[in-house]
Amino acid sequence: MAMWQKEIETMPREEIKKLQSERLVWQVKRMYENVELFRRRMDEKGLKPSDITSVDDLPKLPFSYKQDLRDWYPYGLFAVPTHDIVRVHASSGTTGKKIVVGYTEKDIKDWDDCVARMMTALGLGKDDFVQVSYGYGLFTGGLGAHGGATAIGATVIPMSSGNTHNQIQTMVDFGSTALCCTPSYALYLGESAEELGVTDKLQLKAGIFGAEPWTEDMRHAIEDKLGLKAYDIYGLSEIMGPGVACECEYQAGMHVWEDMFIPEIIDPDTGEVLPYGEQGELVFTTITKEGFPLIRYRTRDICQLIAEPCKCGRTHIRMKKPCGRSDDMLIIRGVNVFPSQIEEVLMSIGGDITPNYQIVVDRVNNTDTFDVNVEMSESLFADDVKSIEKLEKSITQKLRDVLGIGANVHLVNPKSIQRSEGKAKRVIDNRKL
Amino acid sequence: MLIKQLSVFTENKPGGLAPIIETLGKSNIDISALSLADTSEYGILRLIVNNSELAVTVLKEIGVVVKVTDVLAVAMDDTPGGLSKILEIFVHKNINVDYMYAFVGSVNNKALMVVKVSEPEAAAKALADAGISTAEAKDIYRI
Repeated sequence: MAMWQKEIETMPREEIKKLQSERLVWQVKRMYENVELFRRRMDEKGLKPSDITSVDDLPKLPFSYKQDLRDWYPYGLFAVPTHDIVRVHASSGTTGKKIVVGYTEKDIKDWDDCVARMMTALGLGKDDFVQVSYGYGLFTGGLGAHGGATAIGATVIPMSSGNTHNQIQTMVDFGSTALCCTPSYALYLGESAEELGVTDKLQLKAGIFGAEPWTEDMRHAIEDKLGLKAYDIYGLSEIMGPGVACECEYQAGMHVWEDMFIPEIIDPDTGEVLPYGEQGELVFTTITKEGFPLIRYRTRDICQLIAEPCKCGRTHIRMKKPCGRSDDMLIIRGVNVFPSQIEEVLMSIGGDITPNYQIVVDRVNNTDTFDVNVEMSESLFADDVKSIEKLEKSITQKLRDVLGIGANVHLVNPKSIQRSEGKAKRVIDNRKL
Repeated sequence: MLIKQLSVFTENKPGGLAPIIETLGKSNIDISALSLADTSEYGILRLIVNNSELAVTVLKEIGVVVKVTDVLAVAMDDTPGGLSKILEIFVHKNINVDYMYAFVGSVNNKALMVVKVSEPEAAAKALADAGISTAEAKDIYRI
């Protein structure tokens, strides 16, 4: 079985633990010296770096949160001077404020290794043509997959997202053997290839799909339509990007690369660490990251860790596909959406009173639909159609600017949005995932 | 000179209009003119009624969004070219007609038209100067 870094990937558990302990001690010490917020939180708990001597001390350490990245925007949490940072990535946060992460040269190499381990496990190598159809740019998807494919010596086809016909044409003409994109886009590409009657011209072997929730049914549909094996990849830009955890050839949960990231499952309400196998919130500590390290970062993803050894021989623990969130974040067409962002947009339009609204998400023909119903109010209402159309367009435009994806805005009758105990139900997610 | 028109927001779906009209009926409010501007998703129902204050109150009670707008009820000859004469006056004064709709029935053998314009006061004056009468609220409510 092909492996990218066999010694690390098959490292015995006790050695992994030893390596993690060494690296955690190193990370805590340098972060205490270089990251003001971390030092403050340690001091508040009366902790000194010397109190941390092994991974068993991990539960003593303070959590970190997405809000920290906003509060210390843009570079306040970096642990190295910016002249050592070779790249930044960012994702949209609430209105106007992104969250920014930075990488040193070594961080980028580690990231490439994460993705390269997965690609190697899927049988990809120098002879392969990897079509990267994740978006390139501040989003980590495009360059993350790009880096892994480059590391294994494959030929990268840096398509970025969009332009479906061109994607399929390229797949056929360039002989792409691997595809990296969101699962819903993969399915859409598969359907489009069928419509164009080119399915039998595809040479795809493997697909690396992530950045949004998907089901086993979707996996089978993608495999069927594109004639490849579909694999799941997990990541978040705060921790690294795609590749924090990856499926191997057995498609049986994603290996978390524990030489770089320590996963914990906690009770999201009490913060207490739960034993392996129990469902709870996933928390990560980055133990090799130089540029932008995080200790006990609350991902808000609800999932389970699988401690049983995997048939592939890799010793790194596996995580199941996240099955929900401990906050109200939605993932729509691969984009993270918080109801609070929509509320802010409506507040900016409604004046003193924020109009009542409801978000309705569904999945039709394997693509997410995203509707925002806004209750008409006296302050929004005008006597002519022109003004109301203008209002509708302006809400749509502002939502697109803030969220990065389009929503269908509907103006609805006042008091027509369903309320439970006087409080409007903000989100209706009809997707069966 | 100017009369009060009610504008009501309603979703374009079965059952959108019925409760509004029913509420007005129950409160003994008489509708003397009405028009419905529609888009695929919603509509604006415009009404001239005999008691606009009461109408606003009862509609708000059932949670309807309602706005009161000043419009003109222009009396014109009910003959070919009657409306044309009115519009010429507006063009001359550079007054824009946002929308208009006709009354059912007539006053003193004149046809009545509800006209919403960009500058209601100026429009009413221009019409008066041209010897064209605009209906008063009390005339309308007798229709």
